[in-house]
Amino acid sequence: MASSSAASQPAAKTAPVIERPAVFGSNPLTLLWCTVIGKKVVMAVTGVIMVGFVIAHMLGNLKIFAGPHEINTYSRFLRTVGMPELGYGDALWIVRAVLLVSATLHIVAAIQLTRMNWQARPIGYRERKDRETSFAARSMRWGGVLLAIFIVFHILHFTLGAVGFEPGQYRELHVYSNVIIGFSVWPIAVFYIVAMIALFFHLDHGIWSMLQTLGWNTARNQATLRLASRLIAAVVFFGFVSVPVAVLAGWIH
Amino acid sequence: MLDARIPSGPIEQAWDTCKFEMKLVNPANRRKYTVIVVGAGLAGAAAAASLGQQGYNVECFSFHDSPRRAHSIAAQGGINAAKNYRNDGDSIYRLFYDTVKGGDFRSREANVYRLAQLSVNIIDQCVAQGVPFAREYGGLLDTRSFGGVQVSRTFYARGQTGQQLLLGAYQALEEQIAAGAVRMHPRSEMLDLVIVDGKARGIVTRNLVTGAIDCHAAEVVVLATGGYSNVFYLSTNAMASNCSAIWRAYRRGAMFANPCFTQIHPTCIPVTSEHQSKLTLMSESLRNDGRVWVPKQKGDQRPPNQIPEEERDYYLERRYPSFGNLVPRDVASRNAKEVCDDGRGVGPSGQGVYLDFRDAIARMGIDQVREKYGNLFEIYEQITGEDAYRVPMRIYPALHYTMGGLWVDYHLMSTIEGLFVGGEANFSDHGANRLGASALMQGLADGYFVLPATVPNYLASNPPVKLDTSHAAFAQAKSEVGKRVAKLLSIGGKRSAASFHRQLGRMLWDDCGMARSDASLRHALAEVGKLREEFWQNLRVVGTGEELNQSLEVAGRVADFFELAELMCTDALTRTESCGCHFRIESQTPDGEAKRDDEHFSYSAAWEWKGDGQPPVMHQEPLAFDHVHLTQRSYK
Amino acid sequence: MNLKLKIWRQANASAEGQFKDYQVTGITPDMSFLEMLDVLNEDLTARGEAPVAFEHDCREGICGSCGFLVNGVAHGGRPGTTVCQLSMRFFKDGDSVALEPWRARAFPILRDLIVDRAPFDRIIQAGGFISASTGSAPEANATLVPKSSSDTAFDAAACIGCGACVAACPNASAMLFTAAKLTHLNSLPQGQPQRDQRTLNMVTAMSRELFGSCTNHGECEAVCPKEIPLEFIGNMNHDLMRATFRRRREPITVVVPRG
Ligand SMILES: Cc1cc2nc3c(=O)[nH]c(=O)nc-3n(C[C@H](O)[C@H](O)[C@H](O)COP(=O)(O)OP(=O)(O)OC[C@H]3O[C@@H](n4cnc5c(N)ncnc54)[C@H](O)[C@@H]3O)c2cc1C
Ligand code: HEM
Ligand code: HEM
Ligand code: SF4
Ligand code: F3S
Ligand code: FES
Repeated sequence: MASSSAASQPAAKTAPVIERPAVFGSNPLTLLWCTVIGKKVVMAVTGVIMVGFVIAHMLGNLKIFAGPHEINTYSRFLRTVGMPELGYGDALWIVRAVLLVSATLHIVAAIQLTRMNWQARPIGYRERKDRETSFAARSMRWGGVLLAIFIVFHILHFTLGAVGFEPGQYRELHVYSNVIIGFSVWPIAVFYIVAMIALFFHLDHGIWSMLQTLGWNTARNQATLRLASRLIAAVVFFGFVSVPVAVLAGWIH
Repeated sequence: MLDARIPSGPIEQAWDTCKFEMKLVNPANRRKYTVIVVGAGLAGAAAAASLGQQGYNVECFSFHDSPRRAHSIAAQGGINAAKNYRNDGDSIYRLFYDTVKGGDFRSREANVYRLAQLSVNIIDQCVAQGVPFAREYGGLLDTRSFGGVQVSRTFYARGQTGQQLLLGAYQALEEQIAAGAVRMHPRSEMLDLVIVDGKARGIVTRNLVTGAIDCHAAEVVVLATGGYSNVFYLSTNAMASNCSAIWRAYRRGAMFANPCFTQIHPTCIPVTSEHQSKLTLMSESLRNDGRVWVPKQKGDQRPPNQIPEEERDYYLERRYPSFGNLVPRDVASRNAKEVCDDGRGVGPSGQGVYLDFRDAIARMGIDQVREKYGNLFEIYEQITGEDAYRVPMRIYPALHYTMGGLWVDYHLMSTIEGLFVGGEANFSDHGANRLGASALMQGLADGYFVLPATVPNYLASNPPVKLDTSHAAFAQAKSEVGKRVAKLLSIGGKRSAASFHRQLGRMLWDDCGMARSDASLRHALAEVGKLREEFWQNLRVVGTGEELNQSLEVAGRVADFFELAELMCTDALTRTESCGCHFRIESQTPDGEAKRDDEHFSYSAAWEWKGDGQPPVMHQEPLAFDHVHLTQRSYK
Repeated sequence: MNLKLKIWRQANASAEGQFKDYQVTGITPDMSFLEMLDVLNEDLTARGEAPVAFEHDCREGICGSCGFLVNGVAHGGRPGTTVCQLSMRFFKDGDSVALEPWRARAFPILRDLIVDRAPFDRIIQAGGFISASTGSAPEANATLVPKSSSDTAFDAAACIGCGACVAACPNASAMLFTAAKLTHLNSLPQGQPQRDQRTLNMVTAMSRELFGSCTNHGECEAVCPKEIPLEFIGNMNHDLMRATFRRRREPITVVVPRG
């Protein structure tokens, strides 16, 4: 500690002393990962990637309303795209790799920063009124955890068919029937809808938050950016839930 | 016996000559010298940082939790410099001339000339540190005219010039702290000065968190502990500003010069309740565009906007056609007092005059007024709940600045060898009245340029003599401090220190304030004496000395204010002339202006402490005016 | 008017603290909030109880000494107002008012409502300055500074270091304070030479002081008495990326203030 804290001043009445190391060296990646703000930037960037994917994925899902043929060929297309240069499914694996890395970095950073924030106020307020923050902003952590759980389940469900299907029901590449059958089990459909609500809040704050983290938010455009963020989140939400809802409502079968 | 060590030769070269004749310390040896700087305001922070940069081992003390809180932070209006960027006929000589004349010929010419010279370097220094002074669209520095001068030489950063200048010095200081050149002791209050073989060799401090009383030894001690306006309880100064450091030095033999030269600022928000704890200044710059008036008829209760033009008395413009609303502070203040005593004061208390922006808004438009004074209008609204864009502000004079302080020579060394004093704490270059925007200038000139030159010169001729705090002088000073603290805690009477302070302030304001007379001053001396007696009988300080105890801090400061108050009155009593802010009823011109008596009073009065209960002894430093010729100030 | 006060009392940094209830009477609307506390302390003293310790000095919103939560909001929640500027006009007879100190691991409570904000000074020590040793300065008008830059610099430099941003932040993050100083110095031509180093050092110092990180709640901006905008946090993030990714021949390393 610098000398400006006179030696005779009593230390903090806060349990174990935590040492946070300083960063040395000038490798951009270490610098980025070692500074608080750098970690946030990592979350933002991985966030963008996932947002991009989610939007694309949502649009893809909508093909289901164009009928079995459309969506199934789309699913096949996902695997054949880039051939012959790439082998069957390669393109998809690349996407998967990118997503996997993003999600991992995003989660690791989220956990580290969250621990840091919990350390920062060991004794809480008896009463503190929020002025500005939103439910969305406050629910980022738990919303995120829910999303993590959802994603794992979701892959086991629709990509591997490992859960939620009677033996033999799940048929590789027959997305249309998979989805119909998958969602006709109502608890699963409901779980999806709940997850989508979590996603809505996560993006509602997340997309704007990301812009602020990357320094694109200004006093003048703040209102607009917040609105845009909410709109995108809403579009993604409705795009996704339309499917399970349609199945439950029996509009598609 | 007072040798001001003014360099011989032409005044223009005095400072250069002086610097050239100074002895230097070999860079390799500088670390061996410890310099104690008490105070981290503009003067203290600037000096500590600059001496640290030179390589001395600096120990800096402040009772604040951080140097950034020093009272300098509150300065609003701006800082003067003879840059003549406006090509309006300004020059070093004119700044020098204005300051000597503004000070009503009670300052030392050589010091003032140096101040004017250094003013130019200060602006360069601060801009280099990143102080965000106001700019013109072309990117050049903007200036404004301020506080009764007719050239536009005041540099400013909105209404927060002091804040920005202090942050500049504070950041320079923090850089040196990080570099290990300066060791900062926050929350430590100096309670005594330690003298060994006639030289200042250290201080005794109290750690305001733990109550620990510590000794610190050094080769030289610099005091930059600010002014003592708070002796009046109600003033524009920060609540904690106090005289203890310089008063303790006074009791150790440093002479106190012109204690009765206290400045009343004309534009403050009037007192509203008897619980009021401090007064808020409305920057003087407001007088550039606002017009001061009161109703022509006594006790006119109509709301200001309903009083027609012909029934308003713009008394400053009427009495001083050429300067109008821009007359110096003392003149503006006294006139406000007169019209209020005349029963034409406004506001609930009748102690106030209007400062009206109606015409300014009409002339430059509300937006430009907002651009120029926006934050001041906000402050006003916050406190009074009134919108000064629609109804005129109400203002009244308040205690603001103290020209008096420890006597120092041209090197800023007091009458104690090795004790240097800078900033508002010394008796300064402002004579009997300080012009606006010149205290920041002086604080920074002392801190950045004068002390960093004169302190090394002293060190060069006083090689470090091994001395640690086990020396008897320290032991004794420490036990005296301990006893005094214990005494304050043990009285166990009924009244809080604050209540005594409030009562003391009232006495001084009535009897030793804007207008003083032989009778009022004798009255004050008697009353203050009585109250001090009661203080030591009936004071109550809850708590102990081994903890953070704010009442104890206040008690100690008030105790010193009592003694200072008596010295002020004594000084005011002996100076039977009127000069600058010191207005003796007995000495005025037929038309009620202050009347100086150069024949008998062309000197600075330096008071020497002779022991408790003993009357102090006055020494005179005669003042010569070879450049600015003595004239009776007239702003007609 | 009369008020019911609920105030956090704590003897020192290591003591247990708790809330105590008090009554103040005879408060007038033209008092300031701190003058109301003066009144309370006067009769606590009269009753031989320890007065409530709270930090204050200028009492006009510029020194940054004062600050605590008033009914759960830092500085009492009036826009652009420190608690010392808070007028009793805004309270009514019989109101009950709770006073709680800043709470953050980095700001240990020293007594009652007083906390230790030394970490702020150490963040400045890490790089919150422009190195210009005395005497070395060029002529002030030699460098032109666009009015817009100097206005931005001023808006940022208006920060008074009160700590309300940390106190209000759900993560106890010092981002707004640090961003204000960085925006001040980094938007001036004089600040460019040390820009990247300054940004890295101050951001590192900030996290070493055990403040939290920012998840863009915006609470800090909402309570900042000098209305420092969130935008400046964006500037800081932007500057950090600049410092991280800019190509340079000389390696840049983070310098941590000596302890
Ligand atoms: C409201 C207001 C507005 C002003 N506006 C202007 C203006 O526009 N232009 C202008 O030129 N001047 C202005 N002034 C005057 C100017 O601000 C002061 O004269 C100047 O800032 C004094 O600076 P300083 O460094 O001498 O003392 P201060 O800034 O008062 O610093 C005193 C330092 O000493 C420390 N200290 C004091 N006693 C002790 C002790 N016993 N132990 C340890 N530390 C101690 C304090 O902690 C503090 O750090 C204004 C003054 C006021 C009150
Ligand atoms: C997989 C589990 C996830 C967890 C645990 C998680 C957690 C978090 C947390 C704690 C934050 C920080 C809150 C903030 O900075 O405002 C955050 C931000 C963010 N998240 Fe997630 N999230 C997850 C998944 C996702 C997904 C799937 C997306 C996109 C579809 C996403 C997009 C974002 C975005 C854009 C941000 C803002 C980044 C920033 O503010 O810099 N997250 N996430
Ligand atoms: C109701 C909404 C959703 C539906 C109907 C849906 C449907 C599907 C289907 C059918 C597949 C398999 C595609 C194939 O194998 O060709 C799939 C894969 C996937 N979905 Fe979703 N999905 C939804 C929401 C989400 C959300 C919100 C996310 C992320 C946050 C997500 C992430 C994924 C991932 C990562 C895969 C795996 C891609 C792969 O590796 O093949 N899905 N989804
Ligand atoms: S940013 Fe605002 S709230 Fe934070 S310290 Fe500065 S002034 Fe106080
Ligand atoms: S409140 Fe805290 S989370 Fe960020 S935006 Fe402000 S620092
Ligand atoms: S007391 Fe100075 S800001 Fe409140």
